[in-house]
Amino acid sequence: MSSPAIEPPVVELSNGAVAIAGRPILRHIDLTVHSGEFVALMGANGSGKSTLVRALTGLWPLATGSLSLFGTPFGSFHDWQRVGFVPQRGGATSGVPASVWEIVASGRLTRRKLLRPLGRADRAAIADALDVVGLSHRSRESVSSLSGGQQQRVLIARALAGEPDLFFLDEPTAGVDLPNQQVLADTLRTMSERGATIVLVAHELGPMAPLIDRAVVMRDGRIAYDGSPLASEQVATAHLDGHHHHHHHEPGHHDHAPHVSSLIEGTDR
Amino acid sequence: MSYWELVNMQFMQRALLAAVFTGLAAPAIGTYLVQRRMALMGDGIGHVAVTGVAIGLLTGTSPTWTAVIVAIAGAIAIEVIRERGHANGDVALALLFYGGLAGGVLITGLDNESGSRLNQFLFGAITTISRTDLIVTMALAAVVILVCVGLAPQLFAVAQDQEFARVAGLNIRAYNLLVAVLAAVTVTVAMRTVGLLLVSALMVVPVATSQQLSRSFRTTLVAAMVLGTAASVGGLLLAASFPPDTRVSPGPTIVLLALAGFVLAWPAGIWARRRQRLRQPFPVVPAVAHQETDPHPHQHGEDCGHVAVPHGDHVDYVHDGHRHAPHGKHYDEH
Ligand SMILES: Nc1ncnc2c1ncn2[C@@H]1O[C@H](COP(=O)(O)OP(=O)(O)OP(=O)(O)O)[C@@H](O)[C@H]1O
Ligand SMILES: [Mg+2]
Ligand SMILES: [Zn+2]
Ligand SMILES: [Zn+2]
Ligand SMILES: [Zn+2]
Ligand SMILES: [Zn+2]
Repeated sequence: MSSPAIEPPVVELSNGAVAIAGRPILRHIDLTVHSGEFVALMGANGSGKSTLVRALTGLWPLATGSLSLFGTPFGSFHDWQRVGFVPQRGGATSGVPASVWEIVASGRLTRRKLLRPLGRADRAAIADALDVVGLSHRSRESVSSLSGGQQQRVLIARALAGEPDLFFLDEPTAGVDLPNQQVLADTLRTMSERGATIVLVAHELGPMAPLIDRAVVMRDGRIAYDGSPLASEQVATAHLDGHHHHHHHEPGHHDHAPHVSSLIEGTDR
Repeated sequence: MSYWELVNMQFMQRALLAAVFTGLAAPAIGTYLVQRRMALMGDGIGHVAVTGVAIGLLTGTSPTWTAVIVAIAGAIAIEVIRERGHANGDVALALLFYGGLAGGVLITGLDNESGSRLNQFLFGAITTISRTDLIVTMALAAVVILVCVGLAPQLFAVAQDQEFARVAGLNIRAYNLLVAVLAAVTVTVAMRTVGLLLVSALMVVPVATSQQLSRSFRTTLVAAMVLGTAASVGGLLLAASFPPDTRVSPGPTIVLLALAGFVLAWPAGIWARRRQRLRQPFPVVPAVAHQETDPHPHQHGEDCGHVAVPHGDHVDYVHDGHRHAPHGKHYDEH
């Protein structure tokens, strides 16, 4: 890992606010994610997790505050091949049949030039991504013939195909069975070990739990907790316990040493 | 004059060329409209274009160009309304459609002569197409086809999932406007062939037909373009085969031919999907306890009349809601 002085934070949002139809939803959000961190974004339904992810990817404009990605102010950020996104949604269908392979291939668009056919590297990345989610044998089928959880895995593969450095996953494992969650966790572990930065929204961490470096808990549009990983059942009360101190990560500081404050066993790697 | 002499006449040759280009372009852009679940957008633009044609007829300028301009303006308005995503965007679109149609009819009423000429644009008059009309039609259609095929990966991604496309760095507003403008151009290109009132059919029906039998976007797009061309050329030749004293214009024959294709493909598609689903291998999971079938006089085997579905290293025969796998001298329930 390069020296902390040189490497800027991957995501830096300061005093961010998002208003939807004039109604303030997110307020006073300060969030800094450093290169290689694996952050779990947690909180109750409607607490603003998806809204925050959408603000960080530029899908919702900020009402106030400033956002930079990879040290570049958002307005001048164009390096989209470094960013991967799995939206929170059920289903990947549209008005016309589309094969699993075609949907996953659209994840390579960040790296393709206009009017250029798919290259060898593109095809290999698509095949790998399909392999990871265990859908290679169904790649020629129409997505509409897959089950909900399988469609969710197609969307994960689409993001994987772009080989991003910064990965936003909004409840990627909702509706995905445990063995496949384990496979996704293994993939995310590999990506994380290669230095990718991951922001994962989840209610139940499941097999991902051991990978998490840091938990951020949202509550009513504000960050209620930012610190060492939490178990799902601790999330609801996270803002109440003594751990409510902003866990300031020094730039580039990415320790794999056991967190003394870790609240659940087995989260340390 | 024999049928072949008629087909070889210069005006028919021009009409055939126009039919080929329109037949390729209309379903190409139509595929993206159907993918966005906006199948009726072509219809909306067609209604708005009526005003454009009427303005052209009234002012003595080329109705093709005034229609292009008004149709593009209408398409952009539709796109903007859609992007704002108001709950009653649907109603706003309807207002625009009817405004366009009523405006066109009103403007034509101001001038006695343009009434009959407006009919040519409403129902198509491919056989009156002039040399310059033909060149403009071919050029515009070629642009539509090249963009729809060349930018297929981008247009597909934007229509499939706007948010993902945006995070992938695509300028989705530009692509959405591009689709709207291409749809408007296609409508005006096709108005000489099938007429403004039936334009949307040539954009949508071939797509509906091809998706009955396809499983991927690419085959849907290509098959729709092939079907569209077949329908427009076939419809034109069919219309020409009616006796000269009838007044059968090619627009309706083209659309009816396209619909006939759908009527044939629809049951075939249901059958093919059902068949494919039936024959899809069963997943291999750890076996449940061994369970023999009840007394089973029937001998399963090749062509025994039951669907045979691969299941791991053997085959299950499907009948009466059961899956029977041969095991020694008896059958197991799987
Ligand atoms: N498009 C929208 N229009 C209006 N309000 C919205 C919209 N999207 C989100 N909200 C509001 O913003 C708040 C936060 O929603 P958000 O989707 O971020 O919650 P979440 O934490 O992701 O919840 P979940 O766990 O259910 O996914 C909610 O109160 C919701 O009503
Ligand atoms: Mg959410
Ligand atoms: Zn049998
Ligand atoms: Zn079996
Ligand atoms: Zn049997
Ligand atoms: Zn047995």
